[in-house]
Amino acid sequence: MAQTANFSKAVRLGLIAGIVALSVSAIGMVQTFDVRDIITGVLTLGQLLLFSTALIAGYFSWQKGEGVAPVGAILRGLVAGLLTAVPPIALIFLTIIWPGIRNSFVNVSADLIEILTFGQTPVVGSLMLLVVMGVLGVIGAAFDLLPKRIQKPLFSGLLWTLVIGLLSEILLLILRPYTPRAVLNFLFGAKGITPITAVIIFILAVGISAWWDAQGKQAMQQRRAEMAPAKAKQLRRLNIGLGVAFVLILPVIMGTYLTEVADIVGTFILMGLGLNIVVGFAGLLDLGYVAFFAIGAYVMGLLTTQGDLGVGGLSFWAALPFSVLAATLAGIILGVPVLRMRGDYLAIVTLGFGEIIRVLVVSDLLKPYIGGAQGILQIGKPEAMGFVFVQPEHYYYLILAGCLLAVFVSWRFRDARIGRRWMALREDEDVAEAMGIRLVSTKLMAFATGAAFSGLAGAIFASRLSSIFPHSFNLLISINVLSLIIVGGLGSLPGVVVGALVLVGLPELLREFAEYRMLLYGALLIVTMLLRPEGLWPSPIRRRELHAADIDHRPDDSEDAKSMA
Amino acid sequence: MALLEINNLHAYYGNIHALKGISLTVEEGEIVSLIGGNGAGKTTTLRSISGLIPPKPGAITLGGEDLSQYKAHHLVGKGVAMVPEGRGVFAKLTVLENLEMGAFHRTDKEGIASDLEKIYKLFPRLAERKKQLAGTMSGGEQQMLAMGRAMMSRPNLLLLDEPSMGLAPVLVEAIFDTVTEINKTGTTVLLVEQNAHMALQVAHRGYVLQTGAIVLSDSAKELQRNPMVQKAYLGIE
Repeated sequence: MAQTANFSKAVRLGLIAGIVALSVSAIGMVQTFDVRDIITGVLTLGQLLLFSTALIAGYFSWQKGEGVAPVGAILRGLVAGLLTAVPPIALIFLTIIWPGIRNSFVNVSADLIEILTFGQTPVVGSLMLLVVMGVLGVIGAAFDLLPKRIQKPLFSGLLWTLVIGLLSEILLLILRPYTPRAVLNFLFGAKGITPITAVIIFILAVGISAWWDAQGKQAMQQRRAEMAPAKAKQLRRLNIGLGVAFVLILPVIMGTYLTEVADIVGTFILMGLGLNIVVGFAGLLDLGYVAFFAIGAYVMGLLTTQGDLGVGGLSFWAALPFSVLAATLAGIILGVPVLRMRGDYLAIVTLGFGEIIRVLVVSDLLKPYIGGAQGILQIGKPEAMGFVFVQPEHYYYLILAGCLLAVFVSWRFRDARIGRRWMALREDEDVAEAMGIRLVSTKLMAFATGAAFSGLAGAIFASRLSSIFPHSFNLLISINVLSLIIVGGLGSLPGVVVGALVLVGLPELLREFAEYRMLLYGALLIVTMLLRPEGLWPSPIRRRELHAADIDHRPDDSEDAKSMA
Repeated sequence: MALLEINNLHAYYGNIHALKGISLTVEEGEIVSLIGGNGAGKTTTLRSISGLIPPKPGAITLGGEDLSQYKAHHLVGKGVAMVPEGRGVFAKLTVLENLEMGAFHRTDKEGIASDLEKIYKLFPRLAERKKQLAGTMSGGEQQMLAMGRAMMSRPNLLLLDEPSMGLAPVLVEAIFDTVTEINKTGTTVLLVEQNAHMALQVAHRGYVLQTGAIVLSDSAKELQRNPMVQKAYLGIE
């Protein structure tokens, strides 16, 4: 009985993985991703996506501590892997029996079937798929049989190989100016890394990881423990200095395209830092955050454009304070009516506010003043002592300065009395008031600061693109910013940076994802919330709160009665 | 002059006339209990004092000063601290952070530190659990924390709303012992309780509320002997 009960998990997981494999195939993801090679001629991103389902299903098909013998574990992996292949195989034959399926599922094309069948006939291809999936399932299951000290290096080897393979285009872009052609041809294929490179990276990663676990970590900790406090401080300063230097020379290393991406990420970091104050610090869920971004951008646009709509014809620097001020005022104006709202209601009202701004901007009513759907063109560029900011590299430093300012303000506010007021507000409004905290000014301060950062981001954004259009300021921006601070870790400053890199930077770099970006967002959000609900780089408070159960030492009432008596 | 004086206080929830003109006084250094059944208006009285419900009409004065001009968050600065019903601790903050939050309006660092020590002496249980999340503690510990946090604002008048609610009998006794202790250090206490038996044991004087009006007021000892109170609230036939 127990045996069949255990197998039911493998069956269930296998079928789920199979349905996932079927879905990603049918919506065209496998096919789109197949264009990008990870290891030239060996593995494409599409195949990785398809086959990882079997591997993962195999890995989770049994659990240590269930008293499963090694043979049983491998059998479970095999079952899970084979079952993963069943739905895709069904799809292959369905296309033969009923060719009309392509009318409903446009992505189920001949190309997709070719990928699924390895370019063979349906029968042979299906058998191959079955075998490959089965083997992967077994590998996945067997992986957990290995001792931990072998598992970890193997996993990091695999991960590094895949990550470097995935980012090969970017690496190539960075390395090209400095590296001889012959070396590049050796390391990189037409797309992706060459098999030799893959093997080298794998071996290196495995080796380093194994060494680190065996000795390196201990040696490092020991050295750090023995170090004199003054020297440790010196080392920390050196690390910070190196970090700053790295960020400063980054545009030189990255080249124009990657710097452009960094600019986009930076803009989102700036917005994320603002929303982090509102949502992360003060706990006020704001879904209309894009409104302040739009206001910052439009004020900058109107004040500096050389077009017909221009008002004042100010320079970038003269217009910047007005942009930020306008956004801040908008934050306060939004804040006043929602002072009495909480939770869900607050979210809905702010959502409405964001939409109002967007609708106003495209409306015919305001078209004579702010350009309607045609937007604003010829927006001014910043100029400093005869130097005009044009290139992404120039804006990189401008955005960096903005982010640093925002980080500094966030950090000082968090540790000041206002930060404590926000914390109390976030935890419990009523009790905060009972502690003598003025809710009105506390909430308005959060909205105003958050809006100011967003306005700053909008102003720089408008100037960088030198034209703005209403459709750039849709709800999706609000959602993106909210997602990135949640994935990074609510209330955490480094978390905002990590979240923006992962949720904005990666999709920007992996252009194949573009079509599936929302899918990626959804999947990433779900996975993050399941595996790391506190975010990738959480603040200490969130970590504590979500892991309180692990360190639970709750005594029952009778016990505390004893100690009190 | 009484520390707290309430004169002909009325309060409404929409159309419901919750308080029908109650008057009471609390003298400096006293423990005064407000007892009564469900819906008698006990909590409403406390909410009116702390400015969460506007009195209409009616006057509430603290040390001769009209309280109705102040909003809820001003009261802490006026020396009034409230421990709300159901404790209301910051569940996701630690014990220490909760206590520090209680001293939010104060800026005297040394005074705060010495008061913290006093609280730990009063509730040794809290000293053992400085780093624990408030929400993971037992009901009794949370009640202690809520009281300790209120004391951190150095109040003249402590308003306690149903401190015994949902606690085991042994704990209830311990909590009321602490109320007496707190009172001995010079804090005046206004206590709202359904547990009339315990409330009248620690209090100097008591008021009995019934459907929004005060029906009895006397010293706690006399109230305990009063046949009507015995029958209705103490369960003595």
